Amino acid sequence: MFDWPSMWIDLSALAALVGMMAYALLGGADFGGGMWDLFASGPRKKEQRLAIQKAMGPVWEANHVWLVFVLVVLFTCFPRGYSVLAIALFLPFHLALLGIMLRGASFVFRSYQSRETAAVEISAWGVVFGAASIISPLLLGTAFGVVTEGGITLTDQREVVLTRPAPWLSPYCVANGLLALSTCAYLAAVYLTNETVGALRDDFRQRAIFAGTATAILAGLVLLFAWQEAAWFFHRLLSWQAAPIVLAGLICFAGSAWSVFARRYRLSRIFAAGEIGLLLLGWAAAQYPYLVYPDILFTEAAAPRETLRFVVLSLPFGGLVLLPSLWLLFRVFKTRPAL
Amino acid sequence: MDSLLFARLQMTFSLAFHMVYAAIGIGLPLLLVIVEGLYLRTERPHYKALAQKWAKVLGLLFAVGAVSGTALSFELGLLWPAYMEVMGASVGHIFGLEGFAFFLEAIFIGLYLYGWDRLRPWPHWWCGVVIAASGMLSGVLVLGVNAWMQQPVGFEMNGQQVIATDPVATFRQPLWFYMAWHSTLACYMSVAFAVAGWYAWRALRGRCDAYTRAALVAAMAVGAVSAVLQPLSGDLLAKYVFKTQPVKFAAMEGQFRTERHAPLRIGGWPDEAAGETRFAIEIPSGLSFLATHDPTAEVPGLDQTPRSLWPNVEITHFAFQIMVGAGVALLALSVWFWWTYYRNRDQILQRRWLLRAIVLGLPLGFIGLEAGWFVTEVGRQPWIIQGVMLTRDAVTPAPGVGAMFVAFTLLYTVLGVTVIVLLRHIATVSYSETPLPSATKDAPSNV
Repeated sequence: MFDWPSMWIDLSALAALVGMMAYALLGGADFGGGMWDLFASGPRKKEQRLAIQKAMGPVWEANHVWLVFVLVVLFTCFPRGYSVLAIALFLPFHLALLGIMLRGASFVFRSYQSRETAAVEISAWGVVFGAASIISPLLLGTAFGVVTEGGITLTDQREVVLTRPAPWLSPYCVANGLLALSTCAYLAAVYLTNETVGALRDDFRQRAIFAGTATAILAGLVLLFAWQEAAWFFHRLLSWQAAPIVLAGLICFAGSAWSVFARRYRLSRIFAAGEIGLLLLGWAAAQYPYLVYPDILFTEAAAPRETLRFVVLSLPFGGLVLLPSLWLLFRVFKTRPAL
Repeated sequence: MDSLLFARLQMTFSLAFHMVYAAIGIGLPLLLVIVEGLYLRTERPHYKALAQKWAKVLGLLFAVGAVSGTALSFELGLLWPAYMEVMGASVGHIFGLEGFAFFLEAIFIGLYLYGWDRLRPWPHWWCGVVIAASGMLSGVLVLGVNAWMQQPVGFEMNGQQVIATDPVATFRQPLWFYMAWHSTLACYMSVAFAVAGWYAWRALRGRCDAYTRAALVAAMAVGAVSAVLQPLSGDLLAKYVFKTQPVKFAAMEGQFRTERHAPLRIGGWPDEAAGETRFAIEIPSGLSFLATHDPTAEVPGLDQTPRSLWPNVEITHFAFQIMVGAGVALLALSVWFWWTYYRNRDQILQRRWLLRAIVLGLPLGFIGLEAGWFVTEVGRQPWIIQGVMLTRDAVTPAPGVGAMFVAFTLLYTVLGVTVIVLLRHIATVSYSETPLPSATKDAPSNV
């Protein structure tokens, strides 16, 4: 049972996927927090910013490391895939990186500027923080679009070619970027309802409803554009191996939205997490066995078996140290409402 | 060709920038653990004031280190995709292990910085210990990859593709051990002497209190131990480089001609066109002796290698001289300080010439660190993976490398300037105003 031909390749891909899920759920929400910080409004503007600051402060660096984890698994286990993506997406990845760096740095810079204005008044670094929190998920989402629509191909000499210049600007890719953005905003708003009370909680409930509506519309648009632009991916999404998972993800999304309306915030958080996890799983199931459709299979991109085995077998040991540590981190800072 | 130049420059800036913060992430937690431990043992408030001040600094600099480190994991692939294919398959898993250590560090940084009033004192201190240990470990693991670039082992290639690997081969090669030891000590030296320099300057400005003194002594203790051990690790590393990377060794020492009784050159100008190093102070047979313990031994010069495979001899030689010079100066400073301390410990903040010298030593650790890295990496050129892949064959074919170089240079400039401004801000906000919640009223107000 534990010995199918591509076992180590599949397990490595699964590790990358789990890392992406964790990054989407944790790091994604931190991007959303940055957006709500930029668009803080109403009579409790100041409290909104403080709540975001308190929620992100202790955990954002740990959340951010999931991205590094995904990158490392990708370039170690699928080095050929990583190099193809790095060449094809040179510009969007660089700009996303710029956003990721500015996001982290500005968050810290802002809180160090001065005690009084930190996180409360909008400052130059505060604006950078908000803008960078928008740029990064947007670009990563469009990159996701390019990969799924088959925008990256190889010549016979194994040179990387884009099917058209700047494929990330197509409607499908841009819709993907916006979907990533609104999903981050939704996640953040749902999480923040769990970490606040009273009127402030209602502020974030409203934001969750707004972002949730936007997410639903954008998801519809992505499917529509996929049908036109990314026919292969669209059909794979509707195939038996992906459709049930995607459907379960959408049900979770509906459940999460209902819970927000019903003010069942904890439930809403669980459903939202389930939604993201299942939709990413559905994407993976649809795209498998292609790492980059249509020219790169996971098996072609993979590193030698010994390397994969080392990475996969090291994961339980890493988990043994990291999971209790993460549990401690979230227990210490996330067990009672921050405000 | 332009892509190559820009990509190399972007990599140089990114690494030179990150290295400072990486070193601080390794060195500063050790100092924190020492002073917080002293506080827990003695309950004297100035130790806690120091720990909280340094924790503020660490919070800022670790975050910048984390984002600049993330940049590298992107940039290695974005700028050098061909290199990444071979490196990833062969030793990428070492970055994976480094990722675990870095993850642990990030988790415990969160607990440490935000946990002053949420954790009990000793568990809080242990969080600091985990940060110091995991920080050091992640540095050591990154050096595993770097050692592999100098001496690639554990993989087989078929054309461009890696077809078989031995993931533990790199763990077994001595170069890693020598480099890890040397670089870790360099990180401790950089941070310790920078901290010592800062507090010596405060003392010269009249802040001669227990707080300044404690900071100076703690930093000089870490600095001195590292400075004493560093020449030993450097000697072992150089001997190993002599055996495994003779071209780099020759460039470091400005050794153009293969000769017996090779002299040790101090300073001097390596003239690549003329093939000789001028104006150096030469110690006869010194190099032969240092490399092999035999003054008559033959030292292979650059003449054994085609010119096209030479590294930039000037940069390599100068960087090497700067590194050794900085190390020797800091060792001398350590001896001076501890001799003075031993003679009369109560007057240590009144020894103004000593304090001035320590202030001058403030940047030397970091200068030595960066110079040493230049020796390692410039000396490896024109190879990106020694003997396997040339740097120019690894650069990305994607357009826009120059534009990204400009963008990232601006970014690093802005980040660097902001960090300096904020460090000044941290220094001037007195301890009692810092928003750390567990501040006690009777603590002295100082920097």
